[in-house]
Amino acid sequence: MTELIHGMYAEGAPVVDTKAPAGPIDKKWTKRKFEASLVNPANRRKLSVIIVGTGLAGGAAAATLGEAGYHVKSFCYQDSPRRAHSIAAQGGINAAKNYKEDGDSTYRLFYDTVKGGDYRARETNVYRLAEVSANIIDQCVAQGVPFAREYGGLLDNRSFGGVQVSRTFYARGQTGQQLLIGAYQALERQVSAGTVEQFVRHEMLELIIEDGRARGIVARDLVTGEIETHLADAVVLASGGYGNVFFLSTNAMGSNVTASWRAHRKGAYFGNPCYTQIHPTCIPVSGDHQSKLTLMSESLRNDGRIWVPKRREDCDKDPRQIPEADRDYYLERIYPAFGNLVPRDIASRQAKNVCDEGRGVGPMVGDFRRGVYLDFSEAIERLGKAAVEAKYGNLFDMYARITGENPYEVPMRIYPAVHYTMGGLWVDYDLQSSIPGLFVTGEANFSDHGANRLGASALMQGLADGYFVLPNTIRDYLAKGPFPKIDAHAPSVMAARASVEERTARLLAVNGQRSVDSFHKELGHIMWEYCGMERTETGLLKAIDLIRGLRAEFWRNVKVLGSADTLNQSLEKAGRVADFLELGELMCIDALHRAESCGGHFRAESQTEDGEALRHDDQFLYVAAWEFGAGTPDPNQPGDSMGAPVLHKEDLVYEAIELKQRSYK
Amino acid sequence: MSGGMNLTLRIWRQDGPSDRGHLKTYEVSDISPDMSFLEMLDVLNEQLNAKGEEPIAFDSDCREGICGMCGLMISGDAHGPEKTTTCQLHMRSFKNGETITIEPWRADAFPVIKDLVVNRSAFDRIIQAGGFISVNTGSAPEANAAPVPKPKADRAFQAAECIGCGACVAACPNAAGMLFMGAKITHLGELPQGQPERWMRVVKMVAQHDAEGFGGCTNTGACTVACPKGIPQDVISTLNKDLRYAMTHHGG
Amino acid sequence: MAVTGLFFVFYVLLHMYGNLKVLAGPEAFDGYAHHLRTFGEPMLPYEGLLWIIRVLLVLSLIGHAYSAFTLWSRAGSARRTKYAALKTASSSKTMRWGGVFLLLFLTWHLIHFTIVKPAVNSGVASDTIHSSPYAMVVASFQLWWMVIFYVLALAALGLHLSHGVFSAQQTLGWTQTAAGYRRAKAIGHLVAGLVTIGFAIPPLSILFGLVK
Ligand SMILES: Cc1cc2nc3c(=O)[nH]c(=O)nc-3n(C[C@H](O)[C@H](O)[C@H](O)COP(=O)(O)OP(=O)(O)OC[C@H]3O[C@@H](n4cnc5c(N)ncnc54)[C@H](O)[C@@H]3O)c2cc1C
Ligand code: HEM
Ligand code: HEM
Ligand code: SF4
Ligand code: F3S
Ligand code: FES
Repeated sequence: MTELIHGMYAEGAPVVDTKAPAGPIDKKWTKRKFEASLVNPANRRKLSVIIVGTGLAGGAAAATLGEAGYHVKSFCYQDSPRRAHSIAAQGGINAAKNYKEDGDSTYRLFYDTVKGGDYRARETNVYRLAEVSANIIDQCVAQGVPFAREYGGLLDNRSFGGVQVSRTFYARGQTGQQLLIGAYQALERQVSAGTVEQFVRHEMLELIIEDGRARGIVARDLVTGEIETHLADAVVLASGGYGNVFFLSTNAMGSNVTASWRAHRKGAYFGNPCYTQIHPTCIPVSGDHQSKLTLMSESLRNDGRIWVPKRREDCDKDPRQIPEADRDYYLERIYPAFGNLVPRDIASRQAKNVCDEGRGVGPMVGDFRRGVYLDFSEAIERLGKAAVEAKYGNLFDMYARITGENPYEVPMRIYPAVHYTMGGLWVDYDLQSSIPGLFVTGEANFSDHGANRLGASALMQGLADGYFVLPNTIRDYLAKGPFPKIDAHAPSVMAARASVEERTARLLAVNGQRSVDSFHKELGHIMWEYCGMERTETGLLKAIDLIRGLRAEFWRNVKVLGSADTLNQSLEKAGRVADFLELGELMCIDALHRAESCGGHFRAESQTEDGEALRHDDQFLYVAAWEFGAGTPDPNQPGDSMGAPVLHKEDLVYEAIELKQRSYK
Repeated sequence: MSGGMNLTLRIWRQDGPSDRGHLKTYEVSDISPDMSFLEMLDVLNEQLNAKGEEPIAFDSDCREGICGMCGLMISGDAHGPEKTTTCQLHMRSFKNGETITIEPWRADAFPVIKDLVVNRSAFDRIIQAGGFISVNTGSAPEANAAPVPKPKADRAFQAAECIGCGACVAACPNAAGMLFMGAKITHLGELPQGQPERWMRVVKMVAQHDAEGFGGCTNTGACTVACPKGIPQDVISTLNKDLRYAMTHHGG
Repeated sequence: MAVTGLFFVFYVLLHMYGNLKVLAGPEAFDGYAHHLRTFGEPMLPYEGLLWIIRVLLVLSLIGHAYSAFTLWSRAGSARRTKYAALKTASSSKTMRWGGVFLLLFLTWHLIHFTIVKPAVNSGVASDTIHSSPYAMVVASFQLWWMVIFYVLALAALGLHLSHGVFSAQQTLGWTQTAAGYRRAKAIGHLVAGLVTIGFAIPPLSILFGLVK
């Protein structure tokens, strides 16, 4: 381990092997599947798997492993698996089906994803993702997912931000819902078949490691408050993203990092935590009561045109009164080839830039108007109102409901919001974390999107992981089992339980002055300000300081009422915010150490002359895999026992794709 | 804040499943019309927390109208006066000075867990009984192998929009779960992939529905009115027809 | 429920048609009453068809009322804790209480016109009533309170049918499209209107002296 850098972190040994098989990129997955050991059907019942999360990644995996005959225990914190956050995805899911005959292929989907991720994704994993993408559509259609169809009865496609082919399958603005219901139904089928045991309103609060392997979890039954131990041969985390560290995001209220963070504290590396995606088309904030932000599908950018007034004086005018000549269609101006369809990070940052110049629209929030127009008047003229309504009706309705304005008449206002986290627990080619027996899928892992995710590819990844990748790779691991039975009173189990109980008791015991939400809001504010769309060294250093102070205050001054033995939503939130307060610091450290701009990570110090992100492949062509640094526990500040994290670099190797400076001009 | 609203809230408080529960009155002031209904409750909860009274438990997750987690009976209307979910209901739908009564969904098949939170697992068990298409991962044919006529695809989609919120049950005078179940029957029944299990599915789901203690449908239509996704009552007709066909042609 | 209900509807329509013959005078009406009884002779005995219908009606009534009360009690146990803020502007209450009222009406109606045939109108001799249905009917509806009672019953029937006829179609699965749904609703209102007005014409005509 080398010395502490910036006094913030230490550098450890690099990650050398990601376990991808040798050979040409298009043969690797076939090879891996073939080489993975088999498990005799009769033995599968004796092998158990815990899956935390019932979103696309977890739900699909639980159903598939159940079908195969393993004994699966599935967990979610909602009251039904069907409500996992994946349900909220609107726009669509990519697949290299090439139904449109417009030049799409596995290789092109692979290429677009790597390029979209600004060359910070691992080639081998992304290629496999593109490879299995077509199977996903087959599987979903067979389950009854009602994708949009053409009049001939065949599946329809549309194009999505950042690419020039039409490969996105969609179900109006409810693609995530329809895909999740498909996975959910497959899961429920296994519940009735007896292969899957379903635990709803359960929250995983600790990972159990025995003999160096992940062997179970400690979960709290959110209804009775009971702390339960669940043991198995392997554990899968499919617990989603951590965008809620920003308080305001498009994520569901309960989305959290707890499952991942607890595993991280127990030794699982955290990959690229600072890579956050800010989505350009969200409904702007209306006031400080706001509890979350609402995304509007990016598909709106296909027909809507984005603009702001050329002059500041026009910003509070009725947009319909501003003549064409006085409007600045800035994306079309700066990026003539892609126009309004540039990738998310670019669209978001440009929106921020024009607002920072004082040309934003909508109500004043702080010193600036934070909004830009998304205008459909031209589309309505060209296609007719009926056609626009058929395509986007439900999104327009949603906008009208939330803002009280009619988007058919007045241009919508949009602003970027935190949306997706590319970072997550580090995994190898098999989706196994640095803890043997702990697998991580979906948004919870860091694997496929590099520094920026393209639209409609998270759903693809979740289902690829869940239906096709994990069931094959985990098999190889399970073939080594069943592992020795663990006694429910084994020291490792008792210790994990005790730590959960103690932490819960401590949260209730602080009995200070401030509500959990007030801490969460403050943390979110720090993160948005200093670790959001634009990051600087000084800002990040300041943020780290602020977060440490806030964390210390949290453990001194938080107020959580009620008891631990009933449904207690404040207590649930408190536990999640406590983990966010630790994660926030790691995100800032990661952002600080990566002194380059790439994808969603824009360091102001590293930009080209015309303000585009500037990568430094010579220094940063790696995945930052962080190991938790245990600090010296301080009894007065119990939450603050975080030491300096240790950085393990995994060098990124590009063999199939040539590295280029990304350009959408 | 100018233009803020003052409201009287009568809210159901219940400590746990065995507590009898009661309505308690609270006052909130300075509520912005742009707040969502749940944000208004957040504000109230912050106030209660500050006063040392345990916040009111209510469910929500996506707050975008799609997960189906939220759902309150608001002055006698499931999800309130607008045709939307509780999380997407905004305070501009209420008048300054109004008294609002907030209760949990009431149905014996949805027992109250605490305050405004109910247990809707009965819906999961109805789906377990047959609300799926049996296709194992990896065994699916090419997606475009079976074209679906657009009208059928559209009707399947409309039915598939159900978010499983339970407002239909909450609003139904009989506490029947027919709209929820009819939506699933219709979604799968309109698609070619759903045909092989069509008759078995309806029989099993209806049996589970009845065993869960939901009431019987008398075609009142209150469910459709309450449904935030506008699931039409004709899905119940489809369910009835499929059930009759299944019973007469397949001996149940 | 739907089958018995629709059978009622069928009967009621037939009955209404018969009643309208009051307007055509005593011969037509009494002839019709007679025809009803001799229909199908000699294949069917005297009053054969009538008895078939009667038996079916009674069975239907039992079935209909039984299902009605079962549904009612199931609904009761499906929601044992009621809402504090009630807002059930639903047809379910009118259906239930309307149904009960119809039951009471039918009891009286049968006593009135088929089983006992009491001479409620003291102005007309009981012999006349027993020999001519026409006379019986006319005599009864010269009484304003009797007309009011019948009209109330018809209103109840109208309400019951405006939902019931739609409901039966829904139960039978004839309403699987938005258009079909609207059609079923329209048929419900149409049948209800037709029946209420059709039945109401004879008593009102009698009361106002258009028919003597
Ligand atoms: C508004 C919105 C729109 C989007 N639109 C698109 C789109 O159009 N296309 C696209 O490709 N992607 C889209 N995305 C991204 C995509 O939806 C998500 O990345 C993806 O669904 C994540 O799936 P997942 O299975 O990994 O996790 P999730 O669906 O987030 O599921 C997480 C699961 O983990 C459980 N869980 C979490 N923590 C715990 C715990 N501690 N204990 C127990 N259970 C726990 C939860 O209960 C839940 O079941 C969108 C995202 C948002 C927010
Ligand atoms: C004897 C007294 C009666 C009682 C107690 C009664 C009660 C009911 C009830 C409770 C319902 C259904 C539930 C509902 O939709 O809320 C119903 C349905 C119905 N009733 Fe009646 N009713 C009676 C007489 C009649 C008569 C005389 C007719 C017709 C002339 C009739 C026609 C119908 C029809 C068509 C339905 C709809 C059936 C369905 O939904 O499938 N009923 N009745
Ligand atoms: C103003 C309205 C009505 C008038 C004038 C009327 C008149 C009569 C008469 C004259 C009879 C005896 C017929 C005969 O024995 O030949 C009769 C029988 C009967 N009526 Fe009505 N009726 C009216 C409304 C109704 C309604 C609304 C119902 C049902 C909901 C109804 C149901 C019956 C039944 C069941 C019988 C018995 C038939 C039999 O003998 O089997 N009537 N009615
Ligand atoms: S049918 Fe409508 S009201 Fe009922 S659960 Fe589905 S979405 Fe909710
Ligand atoms: S309100 Fe109830 S009665 Fe039937 S039509 Fe709807 S389920
Ligand atoms: S919180 Fe998800 S639908 Fe309301």
